[in-house]
Amino acid sequence: MKDEVQSPEERSAGLKGMGCSRKRVEDVRFTQGKGNYVDDIKLDGMLTGDFVRSPYAHARIKSIDTEAALAVPGVLAVLTAKDLEPLGLHWMPTLAGDKQMVLADGKVLFQGQEVAYVVATDRYAAADGVAAVEVDYEDLPVVTDPFKAMDPDAPVLREDLAGQTEGAHGPRRHHNHIFTWEQGDRAATEAVLAEADVVAEEMVYYHRTHPMPLETCGCVASMDKVTGKLTLWGTFQAPHAVRTVASLISGIAEHNIRVISPDIGGGFGNKVGVYPGYVCSIVASIVTGKPVKWVESRMDNLMSTAFARDYWMQGKIAATKEGKITGLWCHTTADHGGFDACADPTKFPAGFMNICTGSYDIPVAYLAVDGVYTNKAPGGVAYRCSFRVTEAAYFIERMIEVLAIKLNMDAAELRRINFIRKDQFPYQSALGWEYDSGDYHTAWEKALNAVGYDALRREQAARLEAFKRGETRKLIGIGLTHFTEIVGAGPVKNCDILGLGMFDSCEIRIHPTGSAIARLGTISQGQGHATTFAQIIASEIGIPADDITLEEGDTDTAPYGLGTYGSRSTPVAGAATAMAARKIRAKAQMIAAYLLEVHDDDVEFDVDRFVVKGAPERFKTMKEIAFASYNQAIPGVEPGLEAVSYYDPPNMTYPFGAYICVMEIDVDTGEHEVRSFYALDDCGTRINPMIIEGQVHGGATEGYAIAMGQEIAYDDMGNHKTATLMDFFVPTAWETPHYTTDFTVTPSPHHPIGAKGVGESPNVGSVPCFSNAVHDAFRPFGLVQSHMPHDHWRIWKIAEDLGLHG
Amino acid sequence: MSKMHIKFTLNGQEVEGLAEPRMLLIHFLRETLKVTGPHIGCETSHCGACTVDVDGKSVKSCTLFACQADGAEITTVEGLVNSDGTLGVLQEMFREHHGLQCGFCTPGMITRAHRLLQENPTPTEEEVRFGISGNLCRCTGYQNIVKAILAAAGQLNSHKEAAE
Repeated sequence: MKDEVQSPEERSAGLKGMGCSRKRVEDVRFTQGKGNYVDDIKLDGMLTGDFVRSPYAHARIKSIDTEAALAVPGVLAVLTAKDLEPLGLHWMPTLAGDKQMVLADGKVLFQGQEVAYVVATDRYAAADGVAAVEVDYEDLPVVTDPFKAMDPDAPVLREDLAGQTEGAHGPRRHHNHIFTWEQGDRAATEAVLAEADVVAEEMVYYHRTHPMPLETCGCVASMDKVTGKLTLWGTFQAPHAVRTVASLISGIAEHNIRVISPDIGGGFGNKVGVYPGYVCSIVASIVTGKPVKWVESRMDNLMSTAFARDYWMQGKIAATKEGKITGLWCHTTADHGGFDACADPTKFPAGFMNICTGSYDIPVAYLAVDGVYTNKAPGGVAYRCSFRVTEAAYFIERMIEVLAIKLNMDAAELRRINFIRKDQFPYQSALGWEYDSGDYHTAWEKALNAVGYDALRREQAARLEAFKRGETRKLIGIGLTHFTEIVGAGPVKNCDILGLGMFDSCEIRIHPTGSAIARLGTISQGQGHATTFAQIIASEIGIPADDITLEEGDTDTAPYGLGTYGSRSTPVAGAATAMAARKIRAKAQMIAAYLLEVHDDDVEFDVDRFVVKGAPERFKTMKEIAFASYNQAIPGVEPGLEAVSYYDPPNMTYPFGAYICVMEIDVDTGEHEVRSFYALDDCGTRINPMIIEGQVHGGATEGYAIAMGQEIAYDDMGNHKTATLMDFFVPTAWETPHYTTDFTVTPSPHHPIGAKGVGESPNVGSVPCFSNAVHDAFRPFGLVQSHMPHDHWRIWKIAEDLGLHG
Repeated sequence: MSKMHIKFTLNGQEVEGLAEPRMLLIHFLRETLKVTGPHIGCETSHCGACTVDVDGKSVKSCTLFACQADGAEITTVEGLVNSDGTLGVLQEMFREHHGLQCGFCTPGMITRAHRLLQENPTPTEEEVRFGISGNLCRCTGYQNIVKAILAAAGQLNSHKEAAE
């Protein structure tokens, strides 16, 4: 054996393992248009499905006439609830323990609801067929306000639930009530509030919005009548769960269903749910014997699948005169639309809203959430968010600002004196979580220094004086946020979806020549899993990342996992990857010891090889070990070199960050300009800094859209007012701010490689940061709370209401 | 509905097919010709995922009927690879600077950037941001896309200088 001239550092660099900004392997295909998204799939004889949708938000269906539609050239079938009923598929279970109409069964509950499904030879014929279906509606009183929905005489929305006083999450106290979820100690919190030096109270509304991935939702269902096998390609963020759900609701045995998530054009939570389009496409393929494709239009997407947020959060925060927070109280009214189709772990009907104590050491807290039905689209998905963390972070970060106003204190200082201290971790929060690790003060000081906080405040004060003297019409707002996330759901003991424990998985096979393939239970939608998970394996077992193929999304080949959302891929599947790699390394150690004729304990791992302790010139590379595993009979060791790990995390991970935004606001036009945006993220161990930075840019831009203009809005009749990209704000490159990224590293103590996940942090952190900047600009004039989105008109209205227009 | 015979040059090759008069160019490209680089993100000409180059102009191909493209010279992202099959400069710079994540906007974005750099070979950052403002991206926040396009401009210009 001859040693190579490379140093361990050089060998390590050659692996392109953890910590390096490895270029993405996905990009070679994507940059030349060779991605394979669901709408790119074209099968012989494939048909197209399209929906007749309700123009009414609440109406009874008196009749559906499909005769003219069936006469349209190219139309093969029109499905209605009546056709699905004998199969028991006219309703389907939601992920939240409710049920949802697949096709309108007697009535509709929101504008855009699926009423009939037209199957035709191509998209144009399908559209003709949709136009020819005649539906006779009788409109009913509409409720779009969740508070009015709870009036005693409010219209009954869900007649199917008549008389049911018990829902999936406990008692229902009204015909439009879904659940009440309580956490924390109500009596103790109310006692603190009653005795406190200072109590700040405010209603904080996080408006309804939508994930709006650039690719809409869709699928191709293909039932092979000869083999009895159903193949379902689709934009699924959780392909394995879709297979199980499809089996449970269709009655097709699970081994006869193959679900494939091909390339996905962004998900952000939109593609977690199970939608009527999937069910109808499966049925249509069974009925016609041909593959059936269904892909949403953008309007379908914005109107019917997966809204997010819509939380009315009434808060009370108590503190001492010096600003030490003594208690937090929150009552949330959650507008769930016509069906409760939230995608939350079963035991958490309001997701992880009970992380709403945020980054602060708050001794007592109480949270209650009431879920309510209205005549709006169902959904309530975790849009780039781990199950309502965004709502929780927005709530607490607004309440801190409101308290700062009440105390006449600087909001940065108020945060500083209330942060959970480094020595308090692992920290038990008043609402039941155990924060794994954090160092908030260090991150905060780094952020404040980086932006020159004190100088900014002086500049802001000078600008205010100039404004008062009539020398300028622009104010400066400084937006602060320190957020703590809770991601990586989750421990199977308390996290499941429809009874499926939220573990995740990785299987690694090392080939005889020392390259490898790894498959995971997750699915990338742009996060770059094929790049980063290979980096974990490279560092763990010393095979170059470039020699590792990574696959996800095919349930026939990948190990079972719960998919990608809630920033869970790195915390859960990333951990499974490291654990599977360690199993391989353990076996490789035995093989190396055998080959080197020493005891197992006498060899140690060194970057890409096992060396004899004290004799580094004696070693076996992983490549040599891989080959030996396939061609040598080693006593007591099975041939081959592969491993699988199903990882059940012991706890969530708690990434955090400190964001600071400086905004110029024109009082007369309501226009704003983001002068700077600084984002410090601590996501624990960093796997690929380039990808982390990209995630922060993207998530902050989504946050910018939400805070500054984007909303799903309805009028009083339940008409959807923002169903196209003309009305639904998605920022272009022109409006989007420039971001400065930074980091600290506080590894997770329980994660095998210390990683915490990052994809959603910037959306969670940036929304309060932008919003706080707007509020901060008007703080000297008495503004306490103004609801998002802060579009030009709403900002102008703030100034108008404060009397700033003279 | 009767169909029309449509013929145009696509990425340097003559192509033809039949299409109803109402068929959009994006559907003709994707479904008839099976050129699936350009994507559909909205069908209302807002998102730019379907951007192709028609006779030297960036066009959202959901906003043109296929029959209107008869006789045209069309380039899609597939036509921007080098003749030896390697990535073109813009494609390589998008990869180098992490200018894409899910990849869905990328074909339209790169095709638009290609035309932008023909129109303005030495753009400022502001000009790039304005020049691609017809193309939406939900993943990147544009910062790295802008960086990639500026880097590509730099490379293309230094190639040009070297050749002169």
